[in-house]
Amino acid sequence: MRPPGRRALPIQLLIYLAVAALAVAAALYAIEVMRMRGIQAGFGFLKNTAGFEIGFKLIRFDSTDSYGRAFVVALLNTLLVSGLSVVLGTAIGLLVAVARLAPIPAIKAAATMYVEAIRNTPLLFQLLALYAVSLAVLPPPRDSITVVGLALVNNRGIFLPSAGMTARAALAAIALVLLLAAYGWLSRRRSLGRPVLALTAIIAVALAASTLASMDWVVPKVLGFNVEGGIALVPELAVLVVALSLYSAAFIAETFRSGFLAVPAGQWHAAFALGLDRAATIRGVVLAQALRACLPALASQYINVIKASSLAAAVGFPDLMQVFGKTTLNQTGQAVEVIALTMAVYLVMSMTIAGAVHGYERRVAMER
Amino acid sequence: MKKLAALIAVVATGTLGSVASAATLDSVRERGFVNCGVGENFAGFFAPDSAGKWSGLDVDVCRALSAAIFGVADKVKYLPATPATRFAQLQSGQVDLLSRSVTWTLARDAGLGLTFSGVTFFDGQGFMVRKALAAKGLKGLDGATVCTQTGTTTELNLADYFRSHSMKYTPVVFETTDQVVAAYEAQRCDAYTTDKSTLAARLGKLKDPGAHVILPETISKAANGPVVRQGDGQWANIVRWTVNALVAAEELGVTSANVDQMKATSKDPETRRLLGADGELGKLMGLDNAWAFNAIKAVGNYGEIYERNLGPKGAVAIPRDGLNRLWSKGGLMFSPSFQ
Repeated sequence: MRPPGRRALPIQLLIYLAVAALAVAAALYAIEVMRMRGIQAGFGFLKNTAGFEIGFKLIRFDSTDSYGRAFVVALLNTLLVSGLSVVLGTAIGLLVAVARLAPIPAIKAAATMYVEAIRNTPLLFQLLALYAVSLAVLPPPRDSITVVGLALVNNRGIFLPSAGMTARAALAAIALVLLLAAYGWLSRRRSLGRPVLALTAIIAVALAASTLASMDWVVPKVLGFNVEGGIALVPELAVLVVALSLYSAAFIAETFRSGFLAVPAGQWHAAFALGLDRAATIRGVVLAQALRACLPALASQYINVIKASSLAAAVGFPDLMQVFGKTTLNQTGQAVEVIALTMAVYLVMSMTIAGAVHGYERRVAMER
Repeated sequence: MKKLAALIAVVATGTLGSVASAATLDSVRERGFVNCGVGENFAGFFAPDSAGKWSGLDVDVCRALSAAIFGVADKVKYLPATPATRFAQLQSGQVDLLSRSVTWTLARDAGLGLTFSGVTFFDGQGFMVRKALAAKGLKGLDGATVCTQTGTTTELNLADYFRSHSMKYTPVVFETTDQVVAAYEAQRCDAYTTDKSTLAARLGKLKDPGAHVILPETISKAANGPVVRQGDGQWANIVRWTVNALVAAEELGVTSANVDQMKATSKDPETRRLLGADGELGKLMGLDNAWAFNAIKAVGNYGEIYERNLGPKGAVAIPRDGLNRLWSKGGLMFSPSFQ
C-alpha cells in the first residue's frame, strides 16, 4: 500500500502539466496576436537607451543608460522603501501593541486611537496629506533650516554631510582595528591591568578622531537655487517611508496584540510569581511565544507593505511602479512585457518573504 | 514546439484575423457611432463640462468625423484613455481612433501598430519658472530641480536637452498634471516643464499667475493629432482627409456660416470638389459625397475650431502666432489638394 501522498502524484503531475501548457499557449497566442497587429513583442527593449533621468538612485544612472539599468535602479528604490518601512513598521507596531496591553488607561487609549485612526483611513489619502503638509511646512532652499552648521533641511530634502574615504583616514582606521584586536588577543591571555587599558583607550580615541578628521567631508550648502554637496534624502522618500511605516504599524500592532493574547494567562502569572517585572516578562517569556503565534499574519502584513510601496508614484518617488510600470511602459509601448515583468518582481518579493517566514516558523515550531 | 506555434498562429489568425482586417468604417456604421478615445481633462483640447458634454480642439475632430460619416456631429462616444492605456485601447479595438493630442513619433508609428493621420496642433516643450529665475533664461536652469509628468515624451526631451547642453538637473516626476502643479507651486521644484499648450492652460490657474513666466525657448517639437490602428487604409484615409478638409476649408474661405452658399454658388473648382458639388471624392473613401460639407457645417473650418477652443474666448487662450497658422500666413497648417 502506497502512502496517500504518493498515490496522488500522477494526478498532481498531470494538473501541473496542464496548467503549464495553458500558460505557454496563452503566451504564444498573445505574441502571435501582437505580431499580427504590427506590435513589436519581446524583452529586447531592455537593452535600449532609456533616455530619461531618475531623481533618486542608489547606483549610478543617467539618461544614456538602458531600460534594463533603469529597472534595476527602480527595483533597488522599491527594496529600500519596503525594507525601511518593514523595519520601522515592526518597531512601531511592537511598541503600540505593548501599549495597547498596558495596564495604564491613558497609554492604552492613545494606542487604541492610533490604531483605529490609521487603520480606518485609506493609505493613499494619508500619503498625499503627509506630502502636502511636508511641502507646505518645509521652507524653500534659500530659507533652509541649518542644523548645527552641518545639515540642511528644506523642501528639497534633508541634506547631510557626506564623508569620502582618504588614504590617511583608511590608515588610521586600520591602525584602530589592529590596536583593538591586539588588545583583545593579549587580554585573553593575561591580565593587562588598568594603566594598559587607559593607554589603549586614549590611543583608540585619538585614532578614531584622526580617522574622522582626515575623511573628505563635504558639508551641504545653498548654491544658487539648490543645495550642493552632501547626501540628500528627498522628501518623497521620507514621506513614503513614514506613511508606509505608520500605516503598516497599525496592522502589525494588532497582529502582535493577537499574538500576545494567544499566550496563555498562566505564563504571565507564573512569570510574575517568579518575581519578574512586566518588561522582563514580555522580553523573556511572552515575546517569543507571541511571535510564534503571529508569524503567518505578520508575513501577510510585510507582503502588504511591499505591494503598497507601489503607491510611490502618487508622491513622485521613482519606484519600480513609476519608473518601469509607467515611464518605461509609455516610452516603449511594450505594455504586456513591462506589466508582466513588474508583476513578476512583486510576486517574487512577496513569495520570498512568505517563504522566509515559513522557514523561520518551521524552525521555531513548538513540539506538540 | 514549432508545430505548436504554427497551430496557435492558425487559431489566432482564425479568431482575430477578422478583427484586425475588418473595415472600421463598416463596424462604425453598424454600431451607429464613433468610439473616440480622448484624455481625462485638458482644457481647450478635450474636457467634459458639468453636464458631461465634451468640448475642445481634439473633440471637434471626432465631431467632424461623425458628421463626415453620419451627417451629424453627435454620433460620438467619448472614452477616456489614460497615457498608460491609450495605445492598448486603440490596438484592441476598444476605440476607433485616439484624438487626444498624441505626439507623432517614429517609434509609435512603426513599433506599436499605429497610423498617425494628420496633425491638428503643433506644440513644443517649454518651461515655466518663477519670475526671479526668468532673467537668465533656460541656461540659468543648470542644477535646477524640474517637475514633470510621467507617461509622455517630456521626460525624454528634458533629459536630451540638459544632456546636450552639459547641464545638470534633478527630475521629480508625478502621475497627474495637478500633482505636478501643486509641487511646483509649493516650490518643490524650480521649473515645471511640459508642452507649451499645457503651460499656457495652467499659468492662468496658478494662485499668483503674475509671479510666473513661461520661458520663450522651446526645446522640442511635437506634432499632435489623431491616430488610428495600422492595417485599415480606408479608415486612416477618412480620418486624415477629414482633418485635411478642415484646413482646406480655412484656406478656401469656407466657414460653417457660408458653407451652404459656397456649395451653391462657388466657381472655384477645388471648393466645389471639397464640398461635393463636383466630382465624387467622398465615394472614393466609401463616404457620402457631402462628407466634407457636413463636417464643415457642423464644426466649422480649422480656424473656427481653433478660435472657439483656444482663442481669447476659448477654454484656454493660446495665441495662434506660430506653427499653427496656415502655411500661407507663415505657419505649418497645410492641406494636400482636393483633386
